[in-house]
Amino acid sequence: MTQKLVIIGAGMASGRVIETLVETDPDAFEITLFNAEPRGNYNRIMLSPVLSGEKAYEDIITHGDDWYAQHRVTCRFGEHVVRIDPERKVVEGQNGPVSYDKLVIATGSAPFIIPVPGKDLPGVITYRDLDDTNAMIEAATQGGTAVVIGGGLLGLEAAAGLAERGMAVTVVHLMGHLMERQLDEAAGYLLRKDLEKRGITIRTQGSTKAIIGKDRAEAVVLESGETLSADLVVMAVGIRPETRLATDAGLDVARGIEVSAQMQTSDPDIFAVGECVEFDGTLFGLVAPLYDQARVLARTLLNEPDAFVVKDTATKLKVTGCDLFSAGDFAEAEGREDIVLRDPGRGIYKRLVIEDDRLIGAVMYGDTADGNWFFGLIKDETDISEMRETLIFGPAYQGGASADPLSAVAALPRDAEICGCNGICKGTIVDAIEGGAADLGAVRATTKASASCGTCTGLVEQLLQVTLGDDFQMPAAQPICGCCDLTHEDLRRLIKSKPLKSQDAVWQELGWTTRNGCHVCRPAVNFYLLADWPLEYRDDPQSRFVNERKHANIQKDGTFSVVPRMWGGITNPRELRAIADAADKYNVPTVKVTGGQRIDLLGVKGEDLPHIWADLNKAGMVSGHAYSKGLRTVKTCVGTDHCRFGTQDSTGLGIKLEQMLWGSWTPHKVKLAVSGCPRNCAEATCKDVGIICVDSGYQVGVAGAAGMDLKETERLCDVPTEAEAIAVTVAFIQLYRETAKYLDRPYKWVAKVGLDWVKGRVVDNLDERARLIAAFELSQSIYRKDPWADHAKRAEAYQPLADLTLEAAE
Amino acid sequence: MSWIDIGPVSDIPLRGARKIKTAQGCVAVFRTGPDEVFAATDSCPHKGGPLSEGIVHGQSVTCPLHNWVFDLNTGQAWGEDASITIFPVQVREGRVWIDGASLAARSAA
Ligand code: SRM
Ligand SMILES: Cc1cc2nc3c(=O)[nH]c(=O)nc-3n(C[C@H](O)[C@H](O)[C@H](O)COP(=O)(O)OP(=O)(O)OC[C@H]3O[C@@H](n4cnc5c(N)ncnc54)[C@H](O)[C@@H]3O)c2cc1C
Ligand code: SF4
Ligand code: FES
Repeated sequence: MTQKLVIIGAGMASGRVIETLVETDPDAFEITLFNAEPRGNYNRIMLSPVLSGEKAYEDIITHGDDWYAQHRVTCRFGEHVVRIDPERKVVEGQNGPVSYDKLVIATGSAPFIIPVPGKDLPGVITYRDLDDTNAMIEAATQGGTAVVIGGGLLGLEAAAGLAERGMAVTVVHLMGHLMERQLDEAAGYLLRKDLEKRGITIRTQGSTKAIIGKDRAEAVVLESGETLSADLVVMAVGIRPETRLATDAGLDVARGIEVSAQMQTSDPDIFAVGECVEFDGTLFGLVAPLYDQARVLARTLLNEPDAFVVKDTATKLKVTGCDLFSAGDFAEAEGREDIVLRDPGRGIYKRLVIEDDRLIGAVMYGDTADGNWFFGLIKDETDISEMRETLIFGPAYQGGASADPLSAVAALPRDAEICGCNGICKGTIVDAIEGGAADLGAVRATTKASASCGTCTGLVEQLLQVTLGDDFQMPAAQPICGCCDLTHEDLRRLIKSKPLKSQDAVWQELGWTTRNGCHVCRPAVNFYLLADWPLEYRDDPQSRFVNERKHANIQKDGTFSVVPRMWGGITNPRELRAIADAADKYNVPTVKVTGGQRIDLLGVKGEDLPHIWADLNKAGMVSGHAYSKGLRTVKTCVGTDHCRFGTQDSTGLGIKLEQMLWGSWTPHKVKLAVSGCPRNCAEATCKDVGIICVDSGYQVGVAGAAGMDLKETERLCDVPTEAEAIAVTVAFIQLYRETAKYLDRPYKWVAKVGLDWVKGRVVDNLDERARLIAAFELSQSIYRKDPWADHAKRAEAYQPLADLTLEAAE
Repeated sequence: MSWIDIGPVSDIPLRGARKIKTAQGCVAVFRTGPDEVFAATDSCPHKGGPLSEGIVHGQSVTCPLHNWVFDLNTGQAWGEDASITIFPVQVREGRVWIDGASLAARSAA
């Protein structure tokens, strides 16, 4: 027989209860659903992306009107329940009563408001629902300043969203570091730094004394006496279970509504679920355990046995660019040991807490890819003594697996949890993929994985990749910088396809959020434009890093270094004399032979640059581009000219290549070398292009590295003639110019596109090779010239605009 | 205020800077829009980087040495507890004028 089920609160917990009920036994209950908010169930945790503008409300609706209609749920939205009468089994809404057989209280929680003077002023809001979010968005349209009280998860997401919308935001946090419940100091520091980089001001150990203002909030006063101006004040200091109805109805209530493991309250016909409950002394503030509760409650209502147990939860912060993960217990205590890994350069911090050979806590910042694996170890209380040495490097390093990024995901056991919100394990997702869910949307629809907060999306995609192999196209990752949403790859494609031929066109057509980019994106945009449109677009020096703008390397004391070209490493007494004279004339403190077979004059004053260049030009020397993302050096050995082992004219080939390639701009710097025999005295096997001469011709290797990474070249091809060696080299470099991401050296680019793809264009397809060479030549018709000669004519631009030393002294 | 003419605005590249020498050290003069100029000390509080050599974007400049970014309106560094001194400047009939009094005040301070 159908029973009457009344539910108070249409939030995330009750939403899951109803879903389970209608899926399992659609006729068991006639459901009436009250909600104080004038709308049904939406994904509350995605309010932060709505606030920051990444999503719209429509994107986060879980159950729309038609869903409720389809499942015959009577909705009383926008109506508060004012009283429960457990004797008569009646619930009283603002618009009238309704009787129940079974009642579910799912009222969630209410934001805690600190009792300071001014807390009721207009302009002081909390962060809980859509109305709060809209109020913040509305306030942000006026710009101005905002103070967020509370540096926990909610406060920081509010702060980031408001900052994103252009407000000047200060976060006031009572404790010594941010998110102290989830993070230790080191991770809290990195988080703070990242937030400060977005222009958010952080005041830790800040205690709010009062909010002041005449008609509305104007400022927040701290105990320290400091006053922070505030057009908007957001209170996000914590939440308190919403228990009033239960208390009034005489149910057992401690901090939350007390429930059994079947979610039953002290009245056998009344149940409670979600943030309003207290179970075994525990309160809840994240959705993962609520979904467990919802499942248990639905089964209880359908008379099936189930029991709720409290599990550890893991935390992530939904602020783009602030990548943190925390799980378990990471307090310091006797008998506990830490394993810590830091990489200051990349802002990475990882700390594992171990007790009795078990992992009991993990805190990570910057790189959280292994978070779920560690979380699994914590939950399963796995004995980690065997892998202790390499534990911190994550699953990829266990059991001798390779360091392929996907191997971490591949190595996860089937029961490793991937989606924390919905408790979905790897096995469930892999089964769904094997059952036909071939993209992210399908996996979401069939398993709910990544359908809530979305932070596991990357992992789900990697599972798709691992399971489907090449049938799955990994979506490209990071946007270039905060000025746009595009990846480098997308940007390059759009510049060609739209087509866009000026910076202004890029800013306008691709929705840049800043006036003219920043120091990260603008140099990249400048390069892409000049590489794709050599004739139409003019290189913009103001979009270049100082070295490329001034055609000299800036030194730490603000002076510059000057490196003239020495073609193939060959010089002569006249050049050496000119260098010596210049060094004398301009008081060059250091003259050094570089690792690139030429001479560096270090410590030249900015004002002297045009003059020293003019002098070097007179001796026939040109810029060595030792500063450019462009052709640097072509190292050679002496080859057949002198060496008893030389097979070909390696010096001559090196000089020819340098003369072809010099002046060209490339995504990152390009270095070549030519060795006369496999003894390889020019170290050609670690260059971007390295040619080894042999009796039968030339072995052309590419994609070597000897800087921050060390990598041997891979063989592009063997060719019989010098002309062909030059042709494939030029074609290779032009293909690199056309398709690589700015600041990827050739070895990184080849790793992405694959050597076979490169060979297909440069070696096998002669038409394409010819096209590449012609395109390179066209570009070189503009850029193969000495910038020094040009700039030497504009010496005044290198002098101070004015000299006020006399005037100011007066 | 005592305004001093330091030269034509067109001598400063758009989205660029030039420096001027003063008795108290170099000052960078930035040009962010056709008639929008700013002036600040030419020395980064981090390690003395010459800000006049930085990339100028929006109303900010990025230091050429280690990429600290400064708001040219306030002198405040983004995300660092540091700032540069800003000097009043204006453009009149195509020429840039800087306030000599505040330049001199810097040496007094
Ligand atoms: C002058 C020189 C060192 C020397 O005294 O020998 C040098 C000096 C600098 N190198 Fe280098 N590199 C020099 C040869 C090398 C070499 C060896 C070579 O070219 O055979 C390498 C390894 C090979 C390679 O590039 O892969 C090398 C790998 C780097 C790297 C790492 C690149 C990488 O992709 O991993 C950087 C950083 C960067 O470019 O981002 C770098 C960056 C620098 C900078 C430009 C750092 C900077 O941004 O200020 C240094 C400028 C010093 C100055 O003020 O003039 N330098 N640098 C060498 C100049 C060669 C030339 O004649 O042009
Ligand atoms: C901005 C934000 C970001 C968050 N981010 C995350 C996150 O990243 N990860 C995570 O796990 N959790 C996150 N949370 C927490 C998560 O949203 C909550 O744990 C979850 O929504 C609680 O579900 P619930 O059903 O118990 O309560 P709610 O979803 O709050 O639903 C309760 C509903 O009951 C209604 N109600 C209350 N009293 C009455 C009454 N008397 N009559 C009628 N209706 C009533 C309320 O209006 C409300 O709609 C976030 C929360 C917020 C606000
Ligand atoms: S290795 Fe290169 S970048 Fe590093 S200090 Fe030496 S010259 Fe500078
Ligand atoms: S000197 Fe300016 S950022 Fe280091």
